[in-house]
Amino acid sequence: MPHPLTLTVNGTGREDAVEPRLLLVHYLREVCGLTGTHVGCDTSQCGACTVLVDGAPVKSCTMFALQAEGCRITTVEGLAPAGGGLHPLQTAFWEQHGLQCGFCTPGFLMAATALLAENPDPTDEEIGRGLEGNLCRCTGYVNIRRAVRAAAAAMRAGAEPAATAVVGG
Amino acid sequence: MIPAAFEYSRATSVAEAVDLLRRGGGEAKVLAGGHSLIPLMRLRLAQPTALVDINGVKELDYIRMEEGRVRVGALTRHATVVRSAEVRRHLPLLAEIAGEVGDPQVRSRGTVGGVLAHADSAGDYPTLAVMLDAEIVTDRRRIAARDFFQHLFTTPLAPDELVCEVVFPAAPGPHRYLKFRRRLFDWAIVAAGVQQLDGGWRVGLTNCGPTPVRATAVEAALAQGATPSAASAAAADGLNPSSDLRASSEYRRHLARVLTRRALEQAA
Ligand SMILES: Cc1cc2nc3c(=O)[nH]c(=O)nc-3n(C[C@H](O)[C@H](O)[C@H](O)COP(=O)(O)OP(=O)(O)OC[C@H]3O[C@@H](n4cnc5c(N)ncnc54)[C@H](O)[C@@H]3O)c2cc1C
Ligand code: FES
Ligand code: FES
Repeated sequence: MPHPLTLTVNGTGREDAVEPRLLLVHYLREVCGLTGTHVGCDTSQCGACTVLVDGAPVKSCTMFALQAEGCRITTVEGLAPAGGGLHPLQTAFWEQHGLQCGFCTPGFLMAATALLAENPDPTDEEIGRGLEGNLCRCTGYVNIRRAVRAAAAAMRAGAEPAATAVVGG
Repeated sequence: MIPAAFEYSRATSVAEAVDLLRRGGGEAKVLAGGHSLIPLMRLRLAQPTALVDINGVKELDYIRMEEGRVRVGALTRHATVVRSAEVRRHLPLLAEIAGEVGDPQVRSRGTVGGVLAHADSAGDYPTLAVMLDAEIVTDRRRIAARDFFQHLFTTPLAPDELVCEVVFPAAPGPHRYLKFRRRLFDWAIVAAGVQQLDGGWRVGLTNCGPTPVRATAVEAALAQGATPSAASAAAADGLNPSSDLRASSEYRRHLARVLTRRALEQAA
């Protein structure tokens, strides 16, 4: 039996009725039409489905949509500033070749957003630990790390961060 | 992979959760962080007919220091334990272990009570609970950790019983938890934990059998003055861990000895 669900997705309030077994990732993709959040492994391993729930990084394939009642969700579609352009992390992934096929990228961007909100100047080791929940089958991670470092520097220098990226407890 | 259909309800208090579980008969299950249960449901290895979501039971989300004890509410997330200044000060080993559970995404959602109730042999907190003689407090009784982990995924919890908190002794002394795994976010293939407490050493092993192991032979050897290297030779005595794709039984026994020695040598 569908249950009511009220939440905020990328700053927009929504009310829907969903089946309890609907996973958050399927809600975002199929009900909200936000297909930037990918399903990679479906076994809670790869992190391609990472979104922010009240600022904290979460594998959206491992949460029921109903568990997001009252929460603020940010997906990769919500990263770029509303007026157009790219988020500094998106720019850095582009410029530093932090992607090849791009399938894992939305998850890396969201995990990196959470990492930088908590630690604006991470070391390479801290970037590695911060992104340990995300797998990439193409890049070998070196350029991803470089991109996160470049984005961190740009954001410290004043480039606009995503307004919604506040890591909560 | 889509889980089988189930009835969903939300509890906002311990009493309400227990009542909802009771109404679900033996088939209802608690949904905490969902990071063990939802993967099992997607594979349909678990098909509960009803879930009682306890994420709204705020009274179970706390960390309190009290009379030399650290009390951790069942709904406390791994990430909260990692960041807790109180835990870092009074039981730093718990904070360090929490920081090694899964990855940042898992730590955002997974709960302390969920790891204990799930009783996976590779779970990290059960080892700490057993080696420090922690107590698991439910809505109706207190259970010593050594009696709580009965077998793989098996505890004395009744179907309508809720884990409410775990009570550890404060232990600010030298400690170390070493986890051996192939990828950073993986569960331990084997892990060893050591903690100095009341002038002696407590030593525990993860994933060396169906339940967490307290390596009492190592503790006794250390008490008699043995070096870490000599004492850790006894770490795998009497153990018969199972073999799986990741490690043979003999390799696990080897890891138990090596990790115990390293943990003792590195304890700080
Ligand atoms: C990729 C990945 C890596 C992981 N790595 C590790 C690791 O290295 N170490 C580790 O220890 N864990 C690891 N985990 C598991 C993670 O810590 C889970 O969060 C944990 O095992 C279960 O806690 P939960 O809150 O998510 O519980 P849930 O999944 O919601 O519940 C698990 C079980 O416990 C029951 N339950 C939950 N809470 C209670 C309660 N308060 N009272 C009674 N019953 C309850 C549920 O009914 C269910 O049967 C990993 C998980 C993933 C997905
Ligand atoms: S699809 Fe969610 S972790 Fe891989
Ligand atoms: S770019 Fe292809 S999986 Fe990461």
